[in-house]
Amino acid sequence: MKRWLTAAVLVLGLVGVAHAAIDTYEFARDGDRERFRELTKELRCPKCQNQDIADSNAPIAADLRKEIFRMLGEGKDNQQIIDFMVDRYGDFVRYKPALTGKTALLWFGPAALLLGGLVVMAVIVRRRRAAPTDGSDALSAQERQRLDQLLDKKTDD
Amino acid sequence: MKRWLMVLPLAVFLVVAVFLYRGLSLDPAELPSAMIGKPFPAFSLPTVQGDKTLTQADLIGKPALVNVWATWCISCRVEHPVLNKLAEKGVVIYGINYKDDNASALKWLAEFHNPYQLDIRDEDGNLGLNLGVYGAPETFFIDAKGVIRDKFVGVIDEVIWREQLAAKYQALVDEAKP
Repeated sequence: MKRWLTAAVLVLGLVGVAHAAIDTYEFARDGDRERFRELTKELRCPKCQNQDIADSNAPIAADLRKEIFRMLGEGKDNQQIIDFMVDRYGDFVRYKPALTGKTALLWFGPAALLLGGLVVMAVIVRRRRAAPTDGSDALSAQERQRLDQLLDKKTDD
Repeated sequence: MKRWLMVLPLAVFLVVAVFLYRGLSLDPAELPSAMIGKPFPAFSLPTVQGDKTLTQADLIGKPALVNVWATWCISCRVEHPVLNKLAEKGVVIYGINYKDDNASALKWLAEFHNPYQLDIRDEDGNLGLNLGVYGAPETFFIDAKGVIRDKFVGVIDEVIWREQLAAKYQALVDEAKP
């Protein structure tokens, strides 16, 4: 029993160690942890391109996390930290790209498409409404005759 | 009006097709360097040999390749003989030993020959970070004034050198001539 208990305590101890290895940064100010999380979520890992640097295990992502931690410690604001990254790795590292001429399509494209769709829909609906309903439903004398003919034929069979 | 609407789907399809076709030949992993056109970042680092300290001023004067390498980088081993050949032909190459164990780097240079005119020892990767390096090998092209003019990510082999990079280097050399 005692041996089992010791083993359990040891295993529990290991859990603590494993956890500490994931997040080793001690933040000086309260808000810094939150900002660190935000920044590492918003910045993209240059090596493994579909991950943010918070998620990535690539050495470069670890370096960038370290660098962000250092800059937070120096009291830099978010914009300064993002500019630092963009200066080195380009707009590419931002999951939320800056609004420039180049990225305007990216920012406004979806809204423009939605707007275009709404306009097309409005035009179609309006046209349907404006279309005369009496003319299309009523049959001309000729049509009625033909219809009678067809119906008669059918009853004859 | 109706006629015009009839060709609209075809027009939309053609536009999409052109973009998708273009997408086939694009490499999504290619990342344009933000450093092109900027001067080489300031640094003050020892050499791999440990005999002196180098700064960005040491890279000024000749157009050159600045090759980022490490002994842990397997593709650097593939690239190394090509760099040796280029150095033999007179191409100026500077090396940045990036986040590496210095003893292994020395052993590597002794074993495989040293194509670098200067060996910068960037053990902490700070210079690499300032250069926007995200892996190795990476090769920067600098002009005689020490401005970064181009960057190549990945292994330089003889075909890539001949077909893509030699002309870029030659242009920098020609530019430096009075």
